[in-house]
Amino acid sequence: MSFVTATNIFQSYGRRPILERVNLSVEEGEFVSIVGASGCGKSTFLRLLLAQETPTRGEIRIDGAEPAREPGLDRGVVFQRYSVFPHLSVLENVIAGESFRRPWGRFIGAEKRAARDRAMQVLARCGLEHMAAAYPAALSGGMQQRLAIGQALAAKPRILLLDEPFGALDPGTRLQMHDFLMDLRAETGMTVFMVTHDLEEGFKLGDRVLVFDKPRWDLTDPDIIGATITYDFDARDGGIPFQTIKEDTHVFRPN
Amino acid sequence: MRLINRHPGIVLRAALVALPFVALFIAYALGSQARLAENPSDKLMPAPSKIAETAVRLLTEPDRRSEKILFWYDTWASLVRLTLGVGISAVLAVILGLLIGLLPYVRATLAGFVAVVSMIPPLAVLPILFIVFGLGELSKVVLIIVGILPFLIRDLSARVLEIPREMIVKAETLGASSWVIALRVALPQLMPRLIQAVRLSLGPAWLFLIAAEAIASEQGLGYRIFLVRRFLAMDVILTYVIWITLLAFVMDMILRRISRRFFPWTEASL
Repeated sequence: MSFVTATNIFQSYGRRPILERVNLSVEEGEFVSIVGASGCGKSTFLRLLLAQETPTRGEIRIDGAEPAREPGLDRGVVFQRYSVFPHLSVLENVIAGESFRRPWGRFIGAEKRAARDRAMQVLARCGLEHMAAAYPAALSGGMQQRLAIGQALAAKPRILLLDEPFGALDPGTRLQMHDFLMDLRAETGMTVFMVTHDLEEGFKLGDRVLVFDKPRWDLTDPDIIGATITYDFDARDGGIPFQTIKEDTHVFRPN
Repeated sequence: MRLINRHPGIVLRAALVALPFVALFIAYALGSQARLAENPSDKLMPAPSKIAETAVRLLTEPDRRSEKILFWYDTWASLVRLTLGVGISAVLAVILGLLIGLLPYVRATLAGFVAVVSMIPPLAVLPILFIVFGLGELSKVVLIIVGILPFLIRDLSARVLEIPREMIVKAETLGASSWVIALRVALPQLMPRLIQAVRLSLGPAWLFLIAAEAIASEQGLGYRIFLVRRFLAMDVILTYVIWITLLAFVMDMILRRISRRFFPWTEASL
């Protein structure tokens, strides 16, 4: 039984179909990159995974549970922007990951101190310890996204959804963020879905790369056909999973 | 160099700030002098020295009949009305703004209604307020509320709607209920905007206060101005006008300070 299943997803806005016949099953711990041209429905699919929208037809289940009707604790998310709360300090942002589920949204007393210690560990992991008291506006773009990821993970979600998380970062910072994300994933074994328009990034980070595109093209009315998953690449081992040489061939190989 | 890129130095800037005030004062003094030269008993433009004299008398000497210094008495009465009116409006506006901004059901019910109600000219319903609430304090406070509450609600609900959807969704994925989202995400982000909106509505609030006091009252700054108008006591009127302007200016400054002091995160994001 796979962990995340999407069965026969259709999604249309008004009469315009965006997605059609999307079927997907993902194992626990897989890193799925989702790529495609602009407007091909990859962000729509992420919103469906997030349960921010419900599909017109079909259903998405996590671990066999009933399809969710609104975003909840089992799904963590990091958007390209606005993923952290500007009015909370960096530390408070991470604590919010645990405290927002409470009736008043905050901890008091001993619980608060314990949450503070845990949050400091998260910040240490994200390399943001020294900024704990600052407000997000004082952070660079990369730091803000690290904070957003730390905050999402503090809530311990079942799956992590990333919507072009590094799209607004400069190339150097982006590479650092890749390393950060890979390390974090190796530690937690989290199931991750990442929408990106950067193919290289998709293949570098993902175990699987899904390509969203329209399967057919209607010349008279291009909008009549929705997009679906047109390619599903296995991207482990640099994208050549079946060419790993298992036995020792006593032949000179570079590297 | 283009004009848009030229900036005055510190000294010149201070001089430029003072310039219109000084110019106004000089223009008034000259006009007053010219009128008084023609007719020494002219009452329309009393000399600045006369106004200063009157101001000192108003601020220090008690009224012969009531034994009270009417100036402070009026100020207190007006400030209580203004504070009550603006304070009640602000509290109601925050609550309704959050409800309209966050809950689609409340938005569907109230947004259109508030938009229509905000078009009612408040002074047109003043007679109704006097009839319903009597001529006492209540009708004056209610006039201020009627005058500024619809604007505040519309402004604040629009601000709540401006909070990026991503941020709300993020809070949802952290397990926040609607209540926690209102309390911990929307409300804190609304507070600096509330102060801005209140600063903007202080002008109308003063307008409605003085209008209500002018029509039916026994004390208050507006009442006094319209009372002494009958005697053409320009020196008293001008003293009161300057005082009201000063009060309004100080209130605005205090609100700006509060905004900077308590919401440091808004400054940094600009």
